[in-house]
Amino acid sequence: MRRAVWVLAVLLSHWRRHPMQLATLLIGLISATALWSGVQALNQQARNAYDRAAATFGGTRTAMLVAKDGATFPQKLFVDLRRAGWPVSPALEGRIQIDGRFYRLLGIEPVTLPAEVGSAPALGKASLQAFVTPPGEMLVAPETLRDLALAEGARPQANGIALPPLRVQGELAPGVLVVDIGFAQQILKLPDRLSRLLIGKSGAPHPSLQSVAGDKLRLIPPSAESDLERLTDSFHLNLTAFGLLSFFVGLFIVNSAVGLAFEQRLPMLRTLRACGVSAWMLNTVLVIELVSLALIAGLVGLVCGYLIAAALLPDVAASLRGLYGAQIPGQLSLKPAWWLAGVAISILGALAAAAASLTKAIRMPVLTSAQPQAWQQAQRRWLMFQSAAAIAVFAVAGGLIRFGDSLIAGFAVLAALMLGAALILPMVLQIALTVGQRSARRPVSIWFWADSRQQLSGLSLALMALLLALAVNVGVGTMVESFSRTFLVWLDGRLAADVYINATSDAQATKIKAWLRDRPEVEAVLPGGRADTQFAGAPIEVLGLPDHATYRDNWPLLESTANAWVRLRPGDACLVSEQLSRRMKLAIGDRISVPAFGGNWTLEIVGIYADYGNPRGQIAVNFAALTRHFPQAPLTRMGLRVAPDKIPALISALQQTFGLDDRNVADQATMKTESKRVFNRTFSVTAALNAFTLGVAGIALLTSLLTLANSRLPQLAPLWAIGLTRRRLAALELLKTMSVALITALFALPLGLLVAWCLLAIVNVKAFGWRLPFHVFPLQLIELIAVAMAAALCAAALPVARLARMQPASLIRIFVNER
Amino acid sequence: MPDQTALLRVTGLTKHYRTADEDVAVLRGVDLTLATGESVALTGESGSGKSTLLHLIAGLDAADSGEIRLGDTLISALGDAGRAELRRDRLGLVFQQFNLIPSLTVSDNLAFQSRIAGRHDPAWHDELVERLGLGALLKRYPEQLSGGQQQRVAIGRALAPKPLLLLADEPTGNLDEDTADEVLRLARDLVVRTGCGFLMVTHSARLAATLDRQVTLHAGVIA
Repeated sequence: MRRAVWVLAVLLSHWRRHPMQLATLLIGLISATALWSGVQALNQQARNAYDRAAATFGGTRTAMLVAKDGATFPQKLFVDLRRAGWPVSPALEGRIQIDGRFYRLLGIEPVTLPAEVGSAPALGKASLQAFVTPPGEMLVAPETLRDLALAEGARPQANGIALPPLRVQGELAPGVLVVDIGFAQQILKLPDRLSRLLIGKSGAPHPSLQSVAGDKLRLIPPSAESDLERLTDSFHLNLTAFGLLSFFVGLFIVNSAVGLAFEQRLPMLRTLRACGVSAWMLNTVLVIELVSLALIAGLVGLVCGYLIAAALLPDVAASLRGLYGAQIPGQLSLKPAWWLAGVAISILGALAAAAASLTKAIRMPVLTSAQPQAWQQAQRRWLMFQSAAAIAVFAVAGGLIRFGDSLIAGFAVLAALMLGAALILPMVLQIALTVGQRSARRPVSIWFWADSRQQLSGLSLALMALLLALAVNVGVGTMVESFSRTFLVWLDGRLAADVYINATSDAQATKIKAWLRDRPEVEAVLPGGRADTQFAGAPIEVLGLPDHATYRDNWPLLESTANAWVRLRPGDACLVSEQLSRRMKLAIGDRISVPAFGGNWTLEIVGIYADYGNPRGQIAVNFAALTRHFPQAPLTRMGLRVAPDKIPALISALQQTFGLDDRNVADQATMKTESKRVFNRTFSVTAALNAFTLGVAGIALLTSLLTLANSRLPQLAPLWAIGLTRRRLAALELLKTMSVALITALFALPLGLLVAWCLLAIVNVKAFGWRLPFHVFPLQLIELIAVAMAAALCAAALPVARLARMQPASLIRIFVNER
Repeated sequence: MPDQTALLRVTGLTKHYRTADEDVAVLRGVDLTLATGESVALTGESGSGKSTLLHLIAGLDAADSGEIRLGDTLISALGDAGRAELRRDRLGLVFQQFNLIPSLTVSDNLAFQSRIAGRHDPAWHDELVERLGLGALLKRYPEQLSGGQQQRVAIGRALAPKPLLLLADEPTGNLDEDTADEVLRLARDLVVRTGCGFLMVTHSARLAATLDRQVTLHAGVIA
């Protein structure tokens, strides 16, 4: 034991003499752990929120019975099943509007509610009494209370009814209002109707479902994954992919720092072995040393990861709310498993990054064998092997593009492309530098190219990290820019009306319409409606569009029949959103059937339109047809065509006359600005992670150059001795770094464009259901090359400055001792 | 039956190296003995196998055939752990390149091997410091020392655990003549003080002559 402690002390003494190297190793581990665990913290936070939502009084965590057509069903079925011994509890769900904002109203029956319903808040005996007897109680999460800007006990209005007094229940998901089922039926105007029956666990025998309810109900088994989890999977997968990429780039730094430490400590390790330290003990102590450093760095990395997650959480929460309507609390709360997993990933990452060095240490002979020729041959063999592996990986990518048909396959294509490119990079650089060397005539130029080639093996890992970071930046930048352009055009089509109104109730909407008829500046009132239904077992939205030139001229149709808008009029045709058409493989001319009031509604598809940012499937029908088939759908929305100079006066008149605020009435410009803000916020997380990744790659390059700086001195000292000034040597070194960085950046451009194509044509289609046009933005590419060169310049500056300032005595010593 | 008076006995030792083009026989059946307290110089021209023989005796490399015995221990039959233990506990090694640990001070370098051997003797450590004239250098790092000073530290480190046999591979090869003489004198004195055996590889006939006996290797065999 004491022996091991002595050996450890000797190994650690190396870091005391090389604090910069230790800092590099720790920075690599800290950045890898921080970025990975930061992303995981964001994912965990969101998943906790989904769990809360799913567990709310029988979400998807509970088995349930629903109507075959997905609509409501008579309460009598509940009574029949209960009498037959089924442990069922009724629930009614709907959407209500309070002060212009929509909330999910959930009616439950607390007496029959199964005890095992997830983490449902318990209602004590006293509160049970208050909950079920008038005026009742409306349970809400603290976030919802804040959102409503009301105090506990307040009674907000909805559908012209005073709702039960508000009471806070901490366990509830935000955006949900829970009341007794009797109140819910009154508020939603659905007397004696139910949405679902929650099934408790009971060993008692009961007759079959069919014998009691016929074929009116169907059983939905409990699901481990909620709707929100399914919807947001792609978003979290994107985040995870970024986290993983940053983690790997961080590990490049660790690999380079451990590699340097190993090379520098090689004589020390040999001396230790010569002094009688066995290979087993030496390797054990090396692993202990590495694990200890990884433990320290892992803990610091976790704290940094927490800070990154806390900084990004508002944007992530806004994105998830904007894209999916998911309510994520703004306060970060993490489970102990996150901390443990973070430390574990740091240790495993460090061991993986150091695997090559540790293997070398295990195989290291005690005696040195100076065989430069053999080393060069081994390098050549390794380069050939890497290139062959790259071609194999590219072939896998090709196969996945041809035969893969899932989001995972899309990400696998991306991973394969990047891995293949990273593996083939040394060969690309080798070829480029060989061409340079062949074209050189003057001796210093020949040395410049030859020496750059010799330096490649030491720099290639860092250059691979730079290549990946640049390619991802090009890819994601191109995707975001393509998306941005398409989105703006789409927004013009979707927001074609000049003013948008969302009345607080149908009654108010009717009054507003009557008032608008007397306003000469209003050229047209475009009523809008929206209803929820199902298609192929999944929830979809039905949009009612009025038959008006505003929609006919602007609606963002991707493809349609020649007379699509005319075909919509009778109410037997519809337009479908791109994501629904892709998901369900629907094409123009197909017929779909959706549950509606009074039975199924069959519609022929006459067009497909872009519906970016909406995770749910959507169909658009004629407005009049919507009101016929969904009479209970709220008709509170409308758009107005108004002369532009009259808009501000009209909005202020509407606000004064009907007590509407900015949330209820807005002009087109405001709506567009808000949509663009949500759009930009959605990608701000991507941009932040992009910048982090590029930063980490810059550090990887710096550490590699610092690593090489010392070992390069024996190569540079003879040149100095034969008459090249230190300043000129430093300039040549800088030029060398910039040259290889430039070649890498130029190689990163086509790779990045390929990544962008993959994101747009494969990943986006699978993740979100829409395909965007592919644009190339030359200015953006030039900008990124400049950033890469700046990163290389910053990374090379320190070692080059050290060389320029090096005392002649040091160079003499190196020349005398190490030649 | 081993010779009971010999500290080191090498019998019929052979070693081949394979290069890209050919198979080179470096040692072709070497026999050598060394008694306790005896100092032997191993000489020979470049490529005669001197260093290879020393490395095999030190357990740094394995022979193709033949035996190496240190006392009762058959070195040639030991595995990696056994050879490491032998180097730690019973051998002292000195190299031409000094091979000090750059991140440790002179004091820690001196004490390093005796500490890992579990035989650190502060009094003997102090005596070594004094005899080797390192008193003023204890807090310095190897890079701050001259070649002669570094080699004195290396000799001190090798003798700190009081080994049975001190093996030195061209210990003065990197030193000027005066410094080489002084370093070798110190080594001989300390060998006498500890009573261990001393086998030194050298190409200098002048330095070889200062030891008890000279053995010459020629073309892989003792001439």
